[in-house]
Amino acid sequence: MEGKAPIMRRSALAAIAAIGSASLLVAGCSKADDNKDNNGSSAGANAATKGVVNASDKKGGTVTYELSDVPDSFDPGNTYYAYMYNLSRLYARPLMTFQPGAGEKGNTLVPDLAASKGVPSDGGKTWTYKLRSGLKYEDGSPITSKDVKYAVERSNFARDVLSLGPNYFQQFMAKGDKYKGPYKDKSAKGLSSIETPDDGTIVFHLNQAFQEFDYLVAAPQTAPVPQSKDKGVDYVKHIVSSGSYKFQSYEDGKQAVLVRNENWDAKTDPLRKQLPDKIVVKLKVNPETIDQDVLAGDAIDLAGAGVQASTQAKVLTDTAKKAGTDNTYGGRLVYMAINTKVKPFDKVECRKAVQYAIDKVSVQTAEGGPIRGDVASTVLPPDIPGYEKSDVYASSGSKGDAAKAKEQLKACGKSSISTNISARSDRPQEIDAATAIINSLKKVGINASLKQFPSGKYFTDYAGVPKFTEKQNVGLIMMQWGADWPSGYGFLQQILNGKAISQSGNTNLSQYDNKDVNSLLGKAIGTQDDTERNSLYTQIDKKTMDDAVLVPLTYFKVLLARPQNYTNLVSTAAFSGQYDYLNIGVASK
Amino acid sequence: MTELSKTGAAVGEPTSASQPPKAFLEVRDLKVHFPTDDGLVKSVDGLSFSLEKGRTLAVVGESGSGKSVTSQAIMGLHRLGTSGKNVRMTGEIWLDGKELVSAAPSEVRKLRGREMAMIFQDPLSAMHPYYKVGDQIVEAYRVHHKVSKKVARKRAIEMLDRVGIPEPAKRVDGYPHEFSGGMRQRAMIAMALVNNPELLIADEPTTALDVTVQAQILDLIRDLQKEFGSAVIMVTHDLGVVAEIADDVLVMYGGRCVERGPAAQVFEQPQHPYTWGLLGSMPRIDRDTSERLIPVKGQPPSLINVPSGCAFHPRCPYADIPKGNVTRTVRPELEQVSTGHWSACHLPAEDRERIWTEEIAPKL
Amino acid sequence: MISYILRRTFAAVILLLVVSAVTFAIFFLLPRLAGQTADQLAQQYIGKSPSKADIVAVKHNLGLDQPVYVQYWHFIKGIVAGATYDLGPTTVHCDAPCFGYSFKNHQAVWPELTSRLPITLSLAVGAAVLWLVSGVVAGVISALKPRSFLDRTFMGIALTGVSLPMFFTGNLAILLFTYQWPIFGKTYVPLTENPAQWANTLIPAWCSLALLYSAIYARLTRSGMLETMSEDFIRTARAKGLRERTVVTRHGLRAALTPIITVFGMDIGLLLGGAVITESVFSLPGIGQYAVQGITDNDLPKILGVTLLAAAFVVFANLLVDVLYAAADPRVRLS
Repeated sequence: MEGKAPIMRRSALAAIAAIGSASLLVAGCSKADDNKDNNGSSAGANAATKGVVNASDKKGGTVTYELSDVPDSFDPGNTYYAYMYNLSRLYARPLMTFQPGAGEKGNTLVPDLAASKGVPSDGGKTWTYKLRSGLKYEDGSPITSKDVKYAVERSNFARDVLSLGPNYFQQFMAKGDKYKGPYKDKSAKGLSSIETPDDGTIVFHLNQAFQEFDYLVAAPQTAPVPQSKDKGVDYVKHIVSSGSYKFQSYEDGKQAVLVRNENWDAKTDPLRKQLPDKIVVKLKVNPETIDQDVLAGDAIDLAGAGVQASTQAKVLTDTAKKAGTDNTYGGRLVYMAINTKVKPFDKVECRKAVQYAIDKVSVQTAEGGPIRGDVASTVLPPDIPGYEKSDVYASSGSKGDAAKAKEQLKACGKSSISTNISARSDRPQEIDAATAIINSLKKVGINASLKQFPSGKYFTDYAGVPKFTEKQNVGLIMMQWGADWPSGYGFLQQILNGKAISQSGNTNLSQYDNKDVNSLLGKAIGTQDDTERNSLYTQIDKKTMDDAVLVPLTYFKVLLARPQNYTNLVSTAAFSGQYDYLNIGVASK
Repeated sequence: MTELSKTGAAVGEPTSASQPPKAFLEVRDLKVHFPTDDGLVKSVDGLSFSLEKGRTLAVVGESGSGKSVTSQAIMGLHRLGTSGKNVRMTGEIWLDGKELVSAAPSEVRKLRGREMAMIFQDPLSAMHPYYKVGDQIVEAYRVHHKVSKKVARKRAIEMLDRVGIPEPAKRVDGYPHEFSGGMRQRAMIAMALVNNPELLIADEPTTALDVTVQAQILDLIRDLQKEFGSAVIMVTHDLGVVAEIADDVLVMYGGRCVERGPAAQVFEQPQHPYTWGLLGSMPRIDRDTSERLIPVKGQPPSLINVPSGCAFHPRCPYADIPKGNVTRTVRPELEQVSTGHWSACHLPAEDRERIWTEEIAPKL
Repeated sequence: MISYILRRTFAAVILLLVVSAVTFAIFFLLPRLAGQTADQLAQQYIGKSPSKADIVAVKHNLGLDQPVYVQYWHFIKGIVAGATYDLGPTTVHCDAPCFGYSFKNHQAVWPELTSRLPITLSLAVGAAVLWLVSGVVAGVISALKPRSFLDRTFMGIALTGVSLPMFFTGNLAILLFTYQWPIFGKTYVPLTENPAQWANTLIPAWCSLALLYSAIYARLTRSGMLETMSEDFIRTARAKGLRERTVVTRHGLRAALTPIITVFGMDIGLLLGGAVITESVFSLPGIGQYAVQGITDNDLPKILGVTLLAAAFVVFANLLVDVLYAAADPRVRLS
């Protein structure tokens, strides 16, 4: 996923009240002071990245989530933010989900609404799921497979009404282009490629082999929605819960309050614990205030995108406070795309010159230091399967190699290049990173001018419009990307596949259209064996780096503060390093 | 004007240990100085005079001569507001046996508007634009009399009638801007006289009015004075007004008195070059229009750097006549010329006589 | 007077219509001058990488594919007669006055505005009373003792207050008085629910906002008083023998305050349109926050609603101020 209206979060970066900023401590990335992982308040720094902190089964209390912005929607079928993917599981159970756990454990898919993982057949073109028995909504009515089918239909095929979520199902369901969605097509049959032979079984017929289908159904779009209660856009005001909590009140743009769902049956749910009595979600809270509340132990930053710069400085200088932080990978790459359709970057030597020229440490510093990211050299970040360490354009200390860069420039037939580099105007760190890159490039004779664009329109109007970039000589484009699901395909498809290039809202910013890469991607998604599939992703990564179409800058990291009054805190790779919201409870005060 | 010399004290010198005078109003060696960033402004620099009830004293001079400052000093207005902290006032002001300069401000306040009242030059700006005329008069009355609003209102209507405003019961609810110039001044007079003050100070009351109305106002003041027997100080720069109404005249220059005496005498036998200048610059119907007016050359003196010696010497055509350069070095004291007529000038009396008779009078 | 008010009200309505038309124009036509199309507008409502079909569908649903003047006509009709919107399986009716329906947060604009108004009102009125009183008192004292220690102190504080931006003062206030020394409450509570808590939470916001404005009012009062106290009618009042206190208040302040009251009316009118920064800093869900949301999302119904509301407040504040001035100063005639 790119960083546009990033699913990760838009809020903290675009915060209105971003006071000054500046002096960030470039403190060394910390090793944990204390390797114990579930030891109450003495858990050390990064404890939640290694295990569950404050593990407890204590029931009662109120958990408060605070958000500085508003989410795209609470409606599980109409959201694309990772934190909503995370949070909505409390009231909307998808077919599969990620297991709460640290590290690799957190990347593992486990069945949620389904009784077991999907069974592929027909070479991966058909997937069958059996639902658990005894599933009920908050009003006691039974959950059936028809409700899951309906959920997929409304979220993917009624794009004029519900258009905020991804539309993978629309892309992959057989005959998906013919179906008009449940609001226009009132027939009882609905989408023919999803079958529900009985109330407990659901079968998906795809238009191509897709071995990672379990990842697709881990989205909240498969959480059941009763058709009789669906009000389209207004459904969000009265969501019918299938999870452990239900809505007590919902004030759009202000707050939502959830309370225990009495009709949730622990016997049907090995994952959830239903610990707190009440969950309050407050919206549009001043981001500085959120940090204060988190440090006081009273709230969780719902966006999970990291503390504000001023808080970061405060927290890293205080050993006690630092022990209460988690610095985790976010499944996300900060990079600069090289536009292959803008001369002279159509020649691979010129691209390699750029690769060698850049002092990545200066970029890392501009982005906030090692706390905010490790220097990157591959397309896949370390927490995505398929990652293999490699550094094709290595230089001493990752500071860039001007000599080699100039060599490549000569091989390209140029002594100097003039081009433009684009970045988002409301992201000061991105601007600073771009400036650092401009300085690196200048040393070898590549003169780049900075062009800034607002992030809200970055993809729709500027960097994501190929014609615009070509006309305006934008050869270098600043970008951030996180996977829609933590697999190689989820990460690479949208940014590297030639088929993903679109005339507006483009995410394949390099406009990379390599036959080998395209077919490898297609092959990978059709490969059933996990190991083999992951090795294909590694190959794609290598090929991309050899073609030098993008310059990996840093592997994004977040610095989260752990609220000490809350239990069961574990940072999960599947949700970009956020804490897993499924089982957070309240410790005794 | 009663002569101070009758009591044995020389004019211009402070009497010892403040013996209350016999005159109704007596000012002894009044000095009003204002320290400013540019220097010490000596607005009034040693002024003495007295006034009896029933008589009218005209205080004449150019702008900046100190006449308004004098009248406001008598009212005690300089102690108030932002100038209150800075002003340095010395000398004595005796009103009906009470000394005002050394009195507590609260005491003086009680007298203001009651025993002594003042009317001002521009009645439009001098009255509060937001309040009805009647209400402002009522306010003036109720400060000094504990009566109900109804009673005070009746009194206000009465006063408006007395000063000649037609339909007073209606006009009492009018706003100042709804009155004509003359009516406004009458209303102001009503406000000043509502408490039957014994001293009325009129600071250029007709300057802002046209000539026909001027005459009416002066008549009104004269009538009211006769009726209430009050003493009137008329501050003006217009000698025509002086001729109309004054019993006595006091000519001020540079913060000092340069000539003082009964009006008739001062007009017929002026004893100071400045007075000659004033008379010469006055347009008169009976003068030959082919003759030019004789203005007083030069500018009024700075009150911070008052010219040494005689304050008028830079502008006086006769400054060199007195011997020994005294006009430039020695300040002239008031000397009696004839009964009740005083002048502060270094020119010997004979020279003055001669110059007046031969040079000035024929031209007027 | 009555006919004057009626005439002005009528003119105000016309003005608001013009404002709504201009807002519409700015929203649609200006981007078109920059090359943006209705497609791109519709894309604001869609997630990432939308297909052509998606865009067309959303455009149609939102009515963006119709000419601007048709959309405007629908809008005006809605205000008078209400409107109906298609939600998918159902439709929703938006009662008159309908100022549009925001598809971003699935709420009709008018009910949202009315529910947020009390919060903005609480903030604005509370702060206004505070700054008016503090500003005027400081200004009067300064005017009566110019260049004194008090005067210099007050004017110094005034200069600081007006120079410090809200996102500094506000955040500082929260940091110190809500977190460091927890004196004040964190979450807004309506007045009707719990007056004590309501005030308790709003005090830091009131003070921060008041600091900004009272500076201006102190200076205005000071210069107004200095000017007024040198007027002739003050001298007359003193000559009447009035107590200095009466002179200062009934004669001086009364005249000096009138222009200030008119400025006050305008300031409140503008503030009611949404104290955007203050609401963001103090996490108050008022009209300002709503406006920001609309702008960030490029959501026309929200923008229109807030703009019209703010314009209405300003226009009527203007009217009120004119009437007040005429009532206060008898020399002014309403024509």
